[in-house]
Amino acid sequence: MFRKKECVAMLLAGGQGSRLYALTSKVAKPAVQFGGKYRIIDFPLSNCINSGVDTVGVLTQYQPLVLNEYIGNGLPWDLDRYFGGASILPPYQGKERSDWYKGTANAIFQNLEFIDKFDPDYVLILSGDHIYKMDYSKMLEYHKENDAACTIAVLDVPLEEASRFGIMSVNDDGSIYKFTEKPKEPDSTKASMGIYIFSKDKLFDYLKADNQNPDSCNDFGKNIIPEMLAKGEKMMAYEFSGYWKDVGTISSLWEANMDLIGKSANFNLSDEGWRIYSRTESRPPHFFGADAKVDNSLLTEGCEVYGEVKNSVLGSGVKVAKGATVIDSVIMSDVEIGAGAIVNYCIIDSNVKVGAGAQIGKNKESAQGITVIGEKCIVPDGMIIGDNEMITEM
Amino acid sequence: MTAVGLIFSNIHDRNITEMTRKRTMASVPFGCRYRLIDFALSNMVNSGIDKVGIVTHYNYQSLLDHIGNGKDWDLARRSGGIKILPPFITAYDSNIANKLYSTRLEAMIGVNNFINRCTEDYVVLSDCDIICNINLSKVIKEHEESGAELTMVTKKMFITGEDAGKYTIIEPDEEGYAKSIYDSTSNTTGIKTIAANIFVIKRTNLQSIILESLAHGYKSFTLDVLSVMAKKKLVKCYNFDGFYACINSLAGYFSTSMQLLSPEVRAGLFGIKHRPVMTKVRNSAPAKYTEDAVVSNSLVADGCVIEGEVHDSILFRGVKVGKGTVVKNCILLQDTYIGENCNLGCVITDKNVVIKDGRNLSGHETMPFFIEKGARV
Repeated sequence: MFRKKECVAMLLAGGQGSRLYALTSKVAKPAVQFGGKYRIIDFPLSNCINSGVDTVGVLTQYQPLVLNEYIGNGLPWDLDRYFGGASILPPYQGKERSDWYKGTANAIFQNLEFIDKFDPDYVLILSGDHIYKMDYSKMLEYHKENDAACTIAVLDVPLEEASRFGIMSVNDDGSIYKFTEKPKEPDSTKASMGIYIFSKDKLFDYLKADNQNPDSCNDFGKNIIPEMLAKGEKMMAYEFSGYWKDVGTISSLWEANMDLIGKSANFNLSDEGWRIYSRTESRPPHFFGADAKVDNSLLTEGCEVYGEVKNSVLGSGVKVAKGATVIDSVIMSDVEIGAGAIVNYCIIDSNVKVGAGAQIGKNKESAQGITVIGEKCIVPDGMIIGDNEMITEM
Repeated sequence: MTAVGLIFSNIHDRNITEMTRKRTMASVPFGCRYRLIDFALSNMVNSGIDKVGIVTHYNYQSLLDHIGNGKDWDLARRSGGIKILPPFITAYDSNIANKLYSTRLEAMIGVNNFINRCTEDYVVLSDCDIICNINLSKVIKEHEESGAELTMVTKKMFITGEDAGKYTIIEPDEEGYAKSIYDSTSNTTGIKTIAANIFVIKRTNLQSIILESLAHGYKSFTLDVLSVMAKKKLVKCYNFDGFYACINSLAGYFSTSMQLLSPEVRAGLFGIKHRPVMTKVRNSAPAKYTEDAVVSNSLVADGCVIEGEVHDSILFRGVKVGKGTVVKNCILLQDTYIGENCNLGCVITDKNVVIKDGRNLSGHETMPFFIEKGARV
């Protein structure tokens, strides 16, 4: 006989993240590296365990190999449990149907049995592409206090950016009366963060009904939420005010990394009360050679720096040879930068080798955009790659 | 071939009392993010040994905290895994087996029950104050092939000075058997073959040694057991040619730590393929360097925030170095906080030390200035 779980989290991690181009050609977006030693999915997973949610279904679909291996049995996040913990939920072959996950709602619909096993009262729906720290238990309290059918976390965004988001129009008591996906003329600045808490029975009813509707896109934002509003369900907006960043594009991923450094770093990873956990390999501490220079940067285990690193975030095991310079860049794990090479305003994916004397990117002020080098590329000695380039194979 | 590991966690505690007053030798922090036992444990795990007994003595709270259930070494197992072996003392028995042990042999007698319950063919005994990355399966294989009663790992080293009296010296013959084994004295000097304090022995042989020692009241493993066996040509030497260091004084701790700044030493210790040194994961954020940071020839762990200058130093996790501060030739243990405009040279700070703004502290390489755990300067 198993115990019951009050709240089960379902983490949507199957998205391709096509706007990250080269960075997601081999891995799903949630598995993209971030902040030196993390992957994007570490943030929702750490938030779960820090909020007391110890049952997380991770829905995978696109390029799941790295992600599956990374999550494993959930050990790094304390999610290795007899009952509950982390479970990977890929699409499966069924007796009556065998489908890929068609939309976010369909992905959850195909796993209703998983949820039911824990007999929860509430279901927390999360997505694996945001960087933030949030206490879901407070949001759950709010949901319970208001006896809502659904609570949606919202963030105040500048009016000019509001048309990029799903926008909630909210009454004084916090209840939602209107929801518009990417409105041309937004009448509110409360943007949906893609975090939902549903009372379980309501969720099940609407997902089952949605599945019967052949015209539906099976998506939470497009179908389930509007449908619930139309039926007059109690929908609440939960206001969140901390740091939150959608890292769905090259420039936002770069910006989010840069938010970790500088005098006014917006996002603090070293919060003892809210640790971000990640699966780490056993690597030695990082080392600076006698002539190394470091300025406003983030470095982690296994790095060896003999050159210069400025305004950059370096992943584990990055080697910067003598005379090499790394400026305004995000370097992912195990990249080797050869002697005298210059890397400027770039995102370099893991296991890239930059040859001696190579020059990648232009300085930030004059560049048209960030240069991206896809994983395992080998940049020959002395090669020059300009600004705003996207290199996937070499 | 199966083997069980046995690690002595309090051995030689007295060699470095500054750091072992509140912890075991095994849990002395070393190399930015490790504790000494990580090397012995990783050597065993990397050699396929998945059952390890850790013999404890006293003040082993920090050790238990570090080891936990052993999952960081993949040793959280239903069968095998980590077994902590605290001293076994009964109230009514004056038998030697039931007193708090003081030598390696007595420690083994105390864990006789553990050894008796093992089914593995071999036992690998290891001290925890040795720093090396050694493939123990090779040692076991050579031991098996040689037919010797016991194989001990040895290392050729230049011995001199203050620490000279703290080694076990071996004189090997041409075939690699130990001719004689004895403790060094304070005036020993020169290139000597020393015991690396890793031994491989058949389990049943170890059991007989323990029973025999119990019967004869033997106390010293080196003098009463090893040297007697050596005279009968039963002890084979396995010469280890990788990086090896034994921590046997505070100055030794300082100089061995500083050796990590050499890329060759790091390659020999951390850079060996498929043989990582594992330790407890703390999930600190990456280290952060501000615009004013100047760092050279230093090893830095995650969780540090560097705003000042750091040269030729070893910084553990969570160390903060304030603006205008210069740290040179220092070892700063976990969560040391150094304020602004300080000057530190040849200082070792233990965990959670706070150094307030404007302090000037200095020691010398041969006599590093040690500041104990939690102190405020």
